Amino acid sequence: MEKLIIAGREFESRLFLGTGKFRSNEQMKEAIAASGTEMVTVAMKRVDLNDKEDDLLNHILNPKIQLLPNTSGVRNAEEAVFAAQMAREAFGTNWLKLEIHPDPKYLLPDSIETLKATEQLVKLGFVVLPYCQADPTLCKHLEEAGAATVMPLGAPIGTNKGLQTRDFLRIIIEQANVPVIVDAGLGAPSHAAEAMEMGASACLVNTAIAVAGNPLEMAIAFKEAVMAGRRAYEAGLGTVGHNFVASASSPLTAFLNE
Amino acid sequence: MKIKVNNKELETGASNLLILSQELELPQTGIAVAVNNRLIPRTEWEQFVLNENDELIIIKAVCGG
Repeated sequence: MEKLIIAGREFESRLFLGTGKFRSNEQMKEAIAASGTEMVTVAMKRVDLNDKEDDLLNHILNPKIQLLPNTSGVRNAEEAVFAAQMAREAFGTNWLKLEIHPDPKYLLPDSIETLKATEQLVKLGFVVLPYCQADPTLCKHLEEAGAATVMPLGAPIGTNKGLQTRDFLRIIIEQANVPVIVDAGLGAPSHAAEAMEMGASACLVNTAIAVAGNPLEMAIAFKEAVMAGRRAYEAGLGTVGHNFVASASSPLTAFLNE
Repeated sequence: MKIKVNNKELETGASNLLILSQELELPQTGIAVAVNNRLIPRTEWEQFVLNENDELIIIKAVCGG
């Protein structure tokens, strides 16, 4: 299988893992190892000076794993840039999962602020992987702004609903010149396999593995599904039977040009 | 003098950020400190003079997707 390359770094695994919602750090560590992932997300929180709990990074850090700090909790571009700078200082990486979701109920990303933050962060030297709406136009804008990937959602985060946005994901994948990582909503290995068959470059999974009855086994199931989906795509499946173009019911821009 | 660390008031005699970090027994890695919403890199802690009512944010990693 082809290797995935993001910002010049090669990845053997096309499965990225989130670290939220695991029942213990030990279980999380086992799932990371079993998944074969080489990219793992972490969030940030304020230190409680009275609590000397052990450092989460001790359970994750490994030379094969690219740490991907996220900006979860920020509400706009200005806060995202601040959070990114804190993350770079704390974790020693300029890689960043940019996520700006001001609405705490559905956690849907704010497209305008995400684009604004991407433009600023790229200029500051960050490798920006923006979590975004499955909006093909937005994804082109993010790419033009210098995003290293785009990470459109399959469904609202944590819902395990699968590829609710599949038709838009197809357009995004067709148009993209950067890797497309399907992030959020993947609830079963079959969802991840479908995304990979469509030509997604990778999948980011968290809840479906973390809350499974057996997270270690589920991590393996996702690993195998992502590999199977990618193999099918490279074997030619993605080129058959899914061609469609939109058909306008209005005469588009003819009134401007003629 | 009184400062705030992660929204909690703290009385300290630390004249600079490096001394405060030792007082608070902050770890050597995995954290970042901002004073009045500006990141202060670890390499600048010794030169960074603390003032009354400064507001510090100290962050570290936590599980997240």
